[in-house]
Amino acid sequence: MRFATFALAAAVLPAQVPYERILNAAKEPGSWLTYSGSYSGQRYSPLAGITAANVSRLRVRWTKQFALARTQVSPIVADGVMYITAPNQAEALDLKTGRTLWSWSRPIPSDYQSIGFGRVSRGPAILDDKLYVATLDCYLVALDIRTGQERWTSRVEDYKPGYSMTLAPLAIRGKVLVGVSGGEAGIRGFVDAYDAASGKRLWRFYTIPGKGEPGNETWSGESWKTGGSSTWVTGAYDPDLNLVYWGTGNPGPDWNGDGRLGDNLYACSFVALDAETGKLKWHFQFTPHDTHDWDATHVPILLNTTVRGQPRKLVVNPNRNAFYYALDRTSGEFLAGQAYVKQTWAKVLDDRGRPIVIPGTEPNEQGVLVWPSLNGATVWFSPSYSPLTNLVYVSAREVGATYFKREAEYKPGTFFAGGGEVRIPVDQQWGAVRALEAATGKMVWEFRLTSPPWAGTMATAGGLVFSGTQEGNIFALDARTGKPLWDFQAGGPVFANPVSFNIDGQQHVALAADRVLYVFGL
Amino acid sequence: MWRRILLAALPAFCQSPHDAIPDVALGRRLFDSQCALCHGPGGAGGRGPSLNRPKLAKAADDAALTKVIREGLAPEMPGSWQLSVREVASVAAYVKSLGSVPVEKVPGDARRGESVYKSSGCAGCHIISGQGNGLGPELTLAGARRNAAHLRESVVNPAAYLPDGYLMVEAVTAEGLTVSGTRAAEDPFTIQIADPSGRFHSFRKSGLRALRKLEKRSGMPAFDKLPAGSLDDLVAYLASLRGN
Repeated sequence: MRFATFALAAAVLPAQVPYERILNAAKEPGSWLTYSGSYSGQRYSPLAGITAANVSRLRVRWTKQFALARTQVSPIVADGVMYITAPNQAEALDLKTGRTLWSWSRPIPSDYQSIGFGRVSRGPAILDDKLYVATLDCYLVALDIRTGQERWTSRVEDYKPGYSMTLAPLAIRGKVLVGVSGGEAGIRGFVDAYDAASGKRLWRFYTIPGKGEPGNETWSGESWKTGGSSTWVTGAYDPDLNLVYWGTGNPGPDWNGDGRLGDNLYACSFVALDAETGKLKWHFQFTPHDTHDWDATHVPILLNTTVRGQPRKLVVNPNRNAFYYALDRTSGEFLAGQAYVKQTWAKVLDDRGRPIVIPGTEPNEQGVLVWPSLNGATVWFSPSYSPLTNLVYVSAREVGATYFKREAEYKPGTFFAGGGEVRIPVDQQWGAVRALEAATGKMVWEFRLTSPPWAGTMATAGGLVFSGTQEGNIFALDARTGKPLWDFQAGGPVFANPVSFNIDGQQHVALAADRVLYVFGL
Repeated sequence: MWRRILLAALPAFCQSPHDAIPDVALGRRLFDSQCALCHGPGGAGGRGPSLNRPKLAKAADDAALTKVIREGLAPEMPGSWQLSVREVASVAAYVKSLGSVPVEKVPGDARRGESVYKSSGCAGCHIISGQGNGLGPELTLAGARRNAAHLRESVVNPAAYLPDGYLMVEAVTAEGLTVSGTRAAEDPFTIQIADPSGRFHSFRKSGLRALRKLEKRSGMPAFDKLPAGSLDDLVAYLASLRGN
């Protein structure tokens, strides 16, 4: 009788992670419910258990090993379970021990190819009773969060011409949003929304306007059909404005812009989309007619602060092109911007935020030396923002490269890039974690790194900033001063974003280094 | 309509063997623009090894050569993910064609050069075929890895081409002890130094009174006073070290 009652109760269990929990993520800081910790894209943990006073006592509590090197996963944590992904794989781990509770995988087709990027998966999304996983072969899969069994599978696009997915989906009320990789394969990028319950596609926003649509005239000839503008990093969401913010990638072919004359909208941009319809509310293009592969596929950071005495709702971005931007997120209006990393391609941003390009900095046959390199001033890994300091923390890369232009011929499913780069010698490259004023991008402090980083940052209410290095250090800095407070040698380079959560009411931090996910606690 | 054409065309394009048919002329253009910076014009060597040999040590067959071009060789040689299958195949074809280029002729006598090597004390810091001390770079394959001009410059002005892994550093501990040597490893928090005796020292940077990187200094003395003939002989000896 008791068993029957239990079984009945289990059958009518309410959804585990309803939208309202993610919306109010700040009210349950012990969880990490969406890629960036909250819809704002701030990668900020409101937990304050680990502080400058005790961070030196952090130690490893458990680890999780991966089959593939350079894991980029950013875990989800809810109700005593950590959810992780690897390419075409997902696992649920016991939060106290790291033991696998269930696992799921989907075969990667033998003819699948990652054109222009590594085989990675940056994490899952969670909503209600499902975990959402984006696969390399371009399927969105919904798994039962209790068992890992498939609830539905939707084909987002055909992988054969070069479409792929490496990002963590973004789950909002009733919808799951994804974007695609393939900017070096001549795809036409888009952001898709799927019904969270059924997997049915609700809308698609093409990041390159079709014939007759505004913006199509910024592509010469038929170049818009193969123009790239991928969407391979998770966006942010403002529930009050009901706008989704998403970054777009480079126009293609990457380094040869001769066949795609014009600004190439909406490549290298942030787009603000109506969450209900996918209709474009506004756009802001960081790098018009990009020829250096400076994707704007960054997590948009949504924050509210004072600009010139007025409270403003901002979306900010330290961009791959080496400039920091502060925009009004209701309208896309440019408010402020300045270089935060060495750059040699633009004189300045004009009063609308458009770069004044220095002549002769486009790639050519002989090669032209430009800062930053194609991997840019920063890349896909997340910056963070602390409302306590009003600072944005970015992993910055100081690298120049000689860019070359070559012929580019489009063939579906092949590399369509039109050039390449040769970076300056390794011993001349370096990096830093930089703290920038949120409203202006002005640097407040920097912590120098030996090599250009590939790790995101996370700010915490304990007054700390966590990140990692290519030499295998996982470390914490003082959020106000940049002073190093703790470091740990993880034995492999860090290519991932940190997250934070509670285990048994105590704050922990997780960050992957190469093949190992480390969970640290006091 | 476009999508229909595109999808219909896929099976023909995706696996087309044409994609991998190499074009040596294209390979040469790519090599000149992206590889010659290290491997020298025509693959004669420079900072990177010469490639004008019938057999490459780290690319013994076509598959290995393609892999090296595509993925690089850590830590010095970058990969070339931006090249298409055909472009990689073209670079490989060009590199293979270099194997028939005659080995560079250098003035001097290699046998006399071996005597200069011994009498100058080079073996005190270098190993050749297992003989000597390994404080400096191993020279067993020096002639295969570097061209003669590079070797000559390295002898008379060692600081001109500091090999990776041989940055000279000087650390001053809190107690005032100075440790100098080559940097074995470094990260933002720690540094590891090999002193001239080969002993390793590991320091937390925050605990050091000073840490200086001697960017333009080599641990090797400049052999710029050698008589011209002896220098030619020494360079000829080094250039002959090709692992034969």
